[in-house]
Amino acid sequence: MGNVLFTSAIDGLLIGVIYGLAAMGLTLIFGVMDVINLAHGPLIALGMFGVYLLFTFLGLNPFLAVAIVAGLGLILGVIIYFIAVNRVIDAPPLSSLLSTFSVNMIIIGVGTAMLSTSSYNVDYSLGTMNLGFFKAPGARIAASLVALLTTALLYLFLYRTRPGKYIRAVANNRISAELMGIPSTRILALAFGIGVMLATVAGGLIATILPINILAGGSYELKSFVIVVLGGLGNPLGALLGGLILGLIEGIVPVFMKTTWVPVIEYVLFVLILLVRPQGILGAKE
Amino acid sequence: MSRKWILPLILVLALTLVLAACSGQKATEAPKAEQPAAATEAPKEEAPAAKEKTVVIGFTASQTGKYNVSSTRQTTGLQMWMDDVNKAGGVKLSDGTVIKFKAVSYDDESNKDRVQELYTKLATDDKADFLISPYSSGLTAAAAVIAEQYGIPMITTGAASDATYQQGYTVVYQAYTPASRYLTGAIDLLMNLDPNAKKIAFVYENSKFATGVNEAAKAYAEKNGFDVVLFEGYDPDTKDFNAIINKIEAAEPDAILGGGHFQDGSTFARQLYEKGAKVKFISLLVAPPEPTFAELGDAAVGVTGPSQWEPAAKYSPEAAKAAGLEWFGPTGEEFTKAYKAAHDGEDPSYHVAGGYAAGLILQKAIETADSVDKEAVLKALDATDMMIFFGHIKFDTSAENHGLQIGHDMILIQWQEKGGQLVKEVVWPEAGATAEPIYPIR
Repeated sequence: MGNVLFTSAIDGLLIGVIYGLAAMGLTLIFGVMDVINLAHGPLIALGMFGVYLLFTFLGLNPFLAVAIVAGLGLILGVIIYFIAVNRVIDAPPLSSLLSTFSVNMIIIGVGTAMLSTSSYNVDYSLGTMNLGFFKAPGARIAASLVALLTTALLYLFLYRTRPGKYIRAVANNRISAELMGIPSTRILALAFGIGVMLATVAGGLIATILPINILAGGSYELKSFVIVVLGGLGNPLGALLGGLILGLIEGIVPVFMKTTWVPVIEYVLFVLILLVRPQGILGAKE
Repeated sequence: MSRKWILPLILVLALTLVLAACSGQKATEAPKAEQPAAATEAPKEEAPAAKEKTVVIGFTASQTGKYNVSSTRQTTGLQMWMDDVNKAGGVKLSDGTVIKFKAVSYDDESNKDRVQELYTKLATDDKADFLISPYSSGLTAAAAVIAEQYGIPMITTGAASDATYQQGYTVVYQAYTPASRYLTGAIDLLMNLDPNAKKIAFVYENSKFATGVNEAAKAYAEKNGFDVVLFEGYDPDTKDFNAIINKIEAAEPDAILGGGHFQDGSTFARQLYEKGAKVKFISLLVAPPEPTFAELGDAAVGVTGPSQWEPAAKYSPEAAKAAGLEWFGPTGEEFTKAYKAAHDGEDPSYHVAGGYAAGLILQKAIETADSVDKEAVLKALDATDMMIFFGHIKFDTSAENHGLQIGHDMILIQWQEKGGQLVKEVVWPEAGATAEPIYPIR
């Protein structure tokens, strides 16, 4: 029993880091510009297919492909920002919800037309890592490590670089930041790009371990919402914590009850947090 | 977080949930290789010669909708049978009458309501003498009501559910092995391989079909003295089976049975392998017989799965003789060869075979009855006990389960590595086996 619990907990944490990374993309965008990016799920799916295509047709190592997808994700994010978000940035919340939802529909529509809704697999394996008391597929461990590394890099960027400082300033108070000479539109575009990049990286990492389809991003988007509320809206570190909690729930709950109870528990927790502590565990951005 | 965001956020979440639900449904209808729709029109009618009688066979096909691919294959099989029989000069009765067959068919759009309308039309307007079922258990259940109402004999194919034959119907006969016996062959094989195997874990998709199959298999396992150490359903959209695999490993079963459809089954097999789980015996529904299952590579090795029919199945006149049964119709080789020749070398799926088998069953009953009188044919169907390329065919004649297939057995296939290539071998029943089963797998 103890051993199952331990194995399940580690398994949960491994996938939880990746959930957290996906949620960070959502929460970063919200934290900086008060926009809920409804295209988050399809962007995760684009990350998945980016890695799938680079791996399958160019034979690239999937983790190298994740790095390329990250770069493409950043560029795509900036483009989406200028096309769909910039002009509604100061409008009421509904406008940005609708405009990002349109982006969502466009990606899903084009994706379904080109790739159908069939499942694909990145046929890649790093063998099984066996420590005696714990076994896991090597790719799963590698994906989690890359997710952790990405999180660390994000923090270094936000707290140790000038553009990172600008992003935090704009998030804190856009008007003051503009008065200080920070080019807020460019910084917002950058922040949106990084948010999208995180989504595509998370998608790419998921593709290395689980089957994918163009609609698969939806379930990770849902998880991201739960995580973001758990950890605190607009708080990237909270997103990581929320991801780990969600992963733990998914790992440990099935030890005690049927796996079909997992979503019930997740969403009950979601509603409870909204009712009892709407600012999330670590608190929302100030 | 500020209060103004709570309401939009909840709305968004609700909307996403709804969308996810819709898209989930869409995802299950993954398109497969298209196949040209089979001609549903009858071959051109010849001027009726003296004493020639044309019998109308009515059925619907799902030319559109979610059952399109499988239904089209089934219709292709049925049409193949009809062409074969008509080309061979029809069925000759003892009084010299020659029976030729003519198909009347409509598109049911994979829709239950259309099925009922159309079977009524077939029974009344088209005066169908005999009926063949549509594809799928759901549509067949709808068609069976009409067949019974008008008293027209119907052979069902592509429909495994047991429920249709427990309604007290008297004119409906099932060609497929019923769902309740899908996994019992795997349990038989396990008992045969390892008398010490005692613990079975059932892990199955939470769908009507898979749940029904697994509940029946569980009852069968318990009756045979097995200890069911895990009996758990998973969501049809499940992509990550790690939590379940941990549970399986903790329960240390001798065999893992279950699965549901293609996607979940192949993902489950892949993750079991990647996780390095110790598996002695595994049998999954639906996924393993599909040729694309081989894409799993090493993860596919040793996986078994039940199939209604396989081109490699060795049902032959000799096997029939050995079993003391009458043989009827073409051999599996002849059937496979004819299909391949007409379809660019593609192997016939069991849907095609099922369509052909339904026609053969009807043809045999007409020959035995020596008449096309409905009562006589029903009597002959009740007495059917024969072997065809599809397998043994015999119907339950009790009042509770009338028409349920009790002769036909599922074939159990296993993926094995032969000379660096993955091949699908038949490992059960022993009479039709093409290779020795691998046990334990790893």
